[in-house]
Amino acid sequence: MPDANSLYGPLDPAPDAGWTDAQPRMGFFTDTSVCIGCKACEVACKEWNDVPGSGLDLLGMSYDNTGALTANSWRHVAFVEQPRPAAPAADAPGSSVAGPQFLGMPGARPPGRGTGAETRSDFRWLMMSDVCKHCTHAACLDVCPTGSLFRTEFGTVVVQEDICNGCGYCIPACPYGVIDQRKGDGRAWKCTLCYDRLGAGGTPACAQACPTESIQYGPLDELRERAAHRVATLHERGVPQARLYGHDPTDGVGGDGAFFLLLDDPEVYGLPPDPVVTTRDLPRMWKRAGLAALAMAAAAVAAFVGGSS
Amino acid sequence: MAEAHPVGFQWVMEAKRRGAKVFHVDPRFTRTSAVADSYLPIRAGTDIALLGGVVRHILENELDFREYVLAYTNAATIVSDQFADTEDLDGLFSGYRPDTGSYDTSSWQYAGHEGHAEITGTGKERDSAAGLRHESHGMPVPAPAQRDETLQHPRCVYQILRRHFARYTPEMVERVCGIPQDKFLELADAWAANSGRERTGALVYSVGWTQHSVGVQYIRTGAIIQTLLGNMGRPGGGILALRGHASIQGSTDIPTLYNLLPGYLPMPHHADHETFDDWVDSIRHPGQKGFWGDSRAYAASLLKAYWGDAATPENDFCYDHLPRMTGDHGTYQQVLNMIDGKIRGYFLLGQNPAVGSAHGRAQRLGMANLDWLVVRDLFLIESATFWKNSPEVATGEIVPEQCRTEVFFLPAASHVEKEGTFTQTQRLLQWREKAVDPPGDARSELWFFYHLGRRLRERLAGSPHPRDRALLDLTWDYPTHGPHAEPSAEAVLREINGYEVATGRPLSAFTQARDDGSTAIGCWIYTGVYADGVNQAARRRSRHEQDWVAAQWGWAWPANRRTLYNRASADPQGRPWSERKKYVWWDPDAGEWTGYDVPDFEKTKPPTYRPPEGASGVAAIAGDDAFVMQGDGKAWLYAPSGVLDGPLPAHYEPAESPMRNPLYGQQANPTRKVYEHPVNSVNPSPPEAHSAVFPYVFTVSRLTEHHTAGGMSRTVRPLAELQPEMFVEVSPELAAEAGLTHLGWAHLVSGRAAIEAKVLVTDRLTPLRVDGRIIHQLWLPYHFGTEGLVTGDSANDLFGITLDPNVLIQESKVGTCDVRPGRRPTGPALLDLVADYRRRAGITPQRRVPIVTTDAAGGGDAAGSTDERSPQASADEHDGGGDA
Amino acid sequence: MGLRTFLAGWPVYRQLTGTDPLGRGAAAQSARSAALTARTETADSVARSVCPYCAVGCGQRVFVTDGRVTQIEGDPDSPISRGRLCPKGSASKSLVTSPLRQTTVRYRRPYATEWEDLDLDTALDMIADRILAAREDTWEDVDDAGRPLHRTLGISSLGGATLDNEENYLIKKLFTAMGALQIENQARI
Repeated sequence: MPDANSLYGPLDPAPDAGWTDAQPRMGFFTDTSVCIGCKACEVACKEWNDVPGSGLDLLGMSYDNTGALTANSWRHVAFVEQPRPAAPAADAPGSSVAGPQFLGMPGARPPGRGTGAETRSDFRWLMMSDVCKHCTHAACLDVCPTGSLFRTEFGTVVVQEDICNGCGYCIPACPYGVIDQRKGDGRAWKCTLCYDRLGAGGTPACAQACPTESIQYGPLDELRERAAHRVATLHERGVPQARLYGHDPTDGVGGDGAFFLLLDDPEVYGLPPDPVVTTRDLPRMWKRAGLAALAMAAAAVAAFVGGSS
Repeated sequence: MAEAHPVGFQWVMEAKRRGAKVFHVDPRFTRTSAVADSYLPIRAGTDIALLGGVVRHILENELDFREYVLAYTNAATIVSDQFADTEDLDGLFSGYRPDTGSYDTSSWQYAGHEGHAEITGTGKERDSAAGLRHESHGMPVPAPAQRDETLQHPRCVYQILRRHFARYTPEMVERVCGIPQDKFLELADAWAANSGRERTGALVYSVGWTQHSVGVQYIRTGAIIQTLLGNMGRPGGGILALRGHASIQGSTDIPTLYNLLPGYLPMPHHADHETFDDWVDSIRHPGQKGFWGDSRAYAASLLKAYWGDAATPENDFCYDHLPRMTGDHGTYQQVLNMIDGKIRGYFLLGQNPAVGSAHGRAQRLGMANLDWLVVRDLFLIESATFWKNSPEVATGEIVPEQCRTEVFFLPAASHVEKEGTFTQTQRLLQWREKAVDPPGDARSELWFFYHLGRRLRERLAGSPHPRDRALLDLTWDYPTHGPHAEPSAEAVLREINGYEVATGRPLSAFTQARDDGSTAIGCWIYTGVYADGVNQAARRRSRHEQDWVAAQWGWAWPANRRTLYNRASADPQGRPWSERKKYVWWDPDAGEWTGYDVPDFEKTKPPTYRPPEGASGVAAIAGDDAFVMQGDGKAWLYAPSGVLDGPLPAHYEPAESPMRNPLYGQQANPTRKVYEHPVNSVNPSPPEAHSAVFPYVFTVSRLTEHHTAGGMSRTVRPLAELQPEMFVEVSPELAAEAGLTHLGWAHLVSGRAAIEAKVLVTDRLTPLRVDGRIIHQLWLPYHFGTEGLVTGDSANDLFGITLDPNVLIQESKVGTCDVRPGRRPTGPALLDLVADYRRRAGITPQRRVPIVTTDAAGGGDAAGSTDERSPQASADEHDGGGDA
Repeated sequence: MGLRTFLAGWPVYRQLTGTDPLGRGAAAQSARSAALTARTETADSVARSVCPYCAVGCGQRVFVTDGRVTQIEGDPDSPISRGRLCPKGSASKSLVTSPLRQTTVRYRRPYATEWEDLDLDTALDMIADRILAAREDTWEDVDDAGRPLHRTLGISSLGGATLDNEENYLIKKLFTAMGALQIENQARI
């Protein structure tokens, strides 16, 4: 029987999805503190998965010309140009920058625009390779009416291209805005965590290519441990902004299969600060709907019964 | 490095994880800066001032690794009393000859060696890019030299260095480079701290460094620092050149360069090398120290490999078959000669000069004035389509119906469709297996040249002309295979390695080379790559199955040695400097050198060995002469010969600069190669008038997502979409000043061209406060052209042609320009715009670029006053530029 | 096919009878998904190669099926690259299989406005003719002082630095024997 946490809360998703031979849950730990924004992940993904081109547009969002995760971009490297956050008093006076907080939204002015040329060399350029989070509680999967979206034995979430009928229910269900329909094809596409490579004991194409091990692949338990160490090291080395995102099994999606080490608030990278599985309230809603239906039925019966008396 | 060599950069990140501190110096904030511990923005073209500041910091604070410096460098050597420094001559060294724009180097020699200067006037050396010959070795000097081990003698190298760099103070660094003093001192302190027995520091540069009119001296300055700190020949140290193409190292080792033959043997010069003996003696310098003493054997073996049975000791191994240089025959001289109608045919082999070379317009006009052009490439690149699709077609300068150039485009095989070796940036040869056959008519260069040669030889068979003997005598009998008769690359590699003529047995070391015709060697420094008849470059023992030096992966020249001069990783007595930094050491029990790498020393020569009186060649190398290819066995802090623009580096402004040189009256490199040609021009720099017409500094480089001239990336969809358009990066301050808007258009104008680009306004570019004024810098990628999935104007079109004197590489990392909002004009109006700028800048056919700008040379073509160098005077010169 | 097998292929049957009553995992796996294999596992051959872009020299494995390159990825054995590749190296399959690649000879006649087709063999003959003619017209035997020159300055060449050492060797050897001195390379640039 499904776990009590089947739809919300901490869970090991593969056994819950009926995999009696479930593998250790596999995932990505993306350490943005060592990302150099080379986009090898984007290209390696496209080459392996034969993902079509995503357009030839200069977006002006720093070096990001991909723009977002889409049906044709399953990895997306975000670039954030910003002044360094106000530093502790130990730093030289005048080196702190009091600029407006950048919210990660494209605007008329370049992102992270600072003030004052004197402090400009202390500028910070953040890079992050974003990807499908492979949520513990994946709303896309919950709402998929065809069974195209499914949970693999590795605990990952995959769209089955031979099943998907392009209904599009999954698109608004994703709390991260990851899954997307492909124009001219209609079906939904996203990162598969290279399901085919995993089956052969391989590493997903992006993680294998990543020159600096910013993208690390492995059993999620190990990755979480490694990530905690990395955060501690960075804190020791004077990077207090380092924090994890998506690692917590008690968060709104039950923890992500692909989680991140960030150097600023998630919003800065265009990530939702507190994502919640959009089907969280579904059981309650069904329960209430059921109760309402029962009440209606009872009322109708009562009306008939009452009428005949 | 993260930008252009991301996978190599993993090792920097690895070092960083272990606590290394990473400094990044660049005109623009790049992906490397993003993860560096400290980023230093620098004014393009001022690296010698920065590095000179570090040298001064080391010397003034005596932070050098003294034991290393005394034992392994020429710090103690006494220099001739005839030498005069830039300190004495306002930016010139002694021996400058204004008539030739070159140096007589006799006064630069070590004391007592003045008469030995092999080069008295360096003009000829410049034309033959002689500096390139030293890629594998330094210039020899007669030994022994006088030394003062106390380093107190006023003319010892150490003291000369101190005086020379005394003015490169932190204040001066800030004033020249625009780097704040505290940032500079952070770098200098950290660099100096990573020195000594326990620690090392590494210097990594990308070859944009070579694309300056003082490029060789940039690297020299880095070498001085790394030598003073004892960072050469030791693990974790060194100067690491990040070259930009898969086998560009191989292209210099087995050169397709006019002035070199394989293994850095010089192409003969008609006057200096009339006979085989003249030629060989100019390489080996009879009576001198080092491995070049055997170069007669290397030279004879090369000619034997070329001309086989026809090459005999009696006929000097067909030495007369070699063509002779008479001057500068470099690629830029060739292009000007094309424009002047002197060249009939041109081969482009996987190269796209219409985009990748400086002064694109000159390149394309040259190609449009040939009888024929052969382009071999994967794609129809700009250099193949210039006659129908180029900026000059748009301006009417090239009219297809009037352009006579006959063009052959031959499709080439890709790297997976042929087998052979690449030599990567650390001299490592790696063999590639062939995966598939090339499609259609696509063929390898190996196929093309082998069959072309075969046909030429067939046509000339029986020719009575002596000039055809060289082709007919050539050994050209490589085995072929497959339906297209592909020649065997392994057979060629075997010839490169060399073999014993009588038996055909492959040689295993260049020490087996003979000068009697009994050995044939295609490239002596590669001998050993086919040792024991085994393709050593094809070795692929997994990194998991060997130690960190990974000596069984591929094969490195020379002798599979991974770190050069590694004798210096041990102290003079042959013991490791420290346990932590041990690499190669003397094992007294075994009586030999041992360690992780192949020792760069004679295996059984003990550290205590001292050469007998009168010894020469290898026997003259003492047991503690770690720098075995140098004429005195020492690393050269001061170069008495071999570097044509001075024994020490001095900061000169780029050929195009908006400001006067704050260090010396001499503005720019007085020996730089300048071409006076109607198509070429140099934007005026102080002290010339009108420099304010081009008030901004621009620099170009690569993006991670593209490759060089774009022929292998703008044609590839997953790359093209990542950087889909030509753009220019400007600071918010410059955008405000010039009226540029983010994602709007701008056009840039130099004396050569006007190009347009989309604007990216970014804090990654920053205005610099330099010598009392603000200098704005612009950055552009140079990947774009008119063909491919994504197109755009070519940044290299903006550059003129001015070359480094040592190696004749162009200054294409810094120039001056103007920038204006909006798109550039099209058609003939574009030419009018550039002409208008040229008129305002005083660029007329009569104008000659002033080379000497100080009176210290004693006459010559000094063009400017030398004493107006206070910040105030300098700022005054630029009033009206709108940039103060 | 037995009834049981037929039914087992029907997800609803699996959902109702198996361990996945919500039909989100094992029961939903399609036949295609169940049969997926990495194409690197089924390749006919793997060539060990080197990336053609910059000079770091990253190891590549080139996977081939039915005579076509199906994947190029990093060689984990390489001590240089440890299996990693940058975006350019990662795009190598698209480079070698690009539809924009020219696979036939193109010829532009003097003063022509368009390309023409040309047979490879003919092209080679025509080029050989032109080399010999240029050499004939521009040959320099000796200088003014009678010293040997043995060269032609009528022919130029500029090579890229993605050529193999073996190729550069033959290029230099042939041009030198031809007396063509003006042979240059990206290494000068």
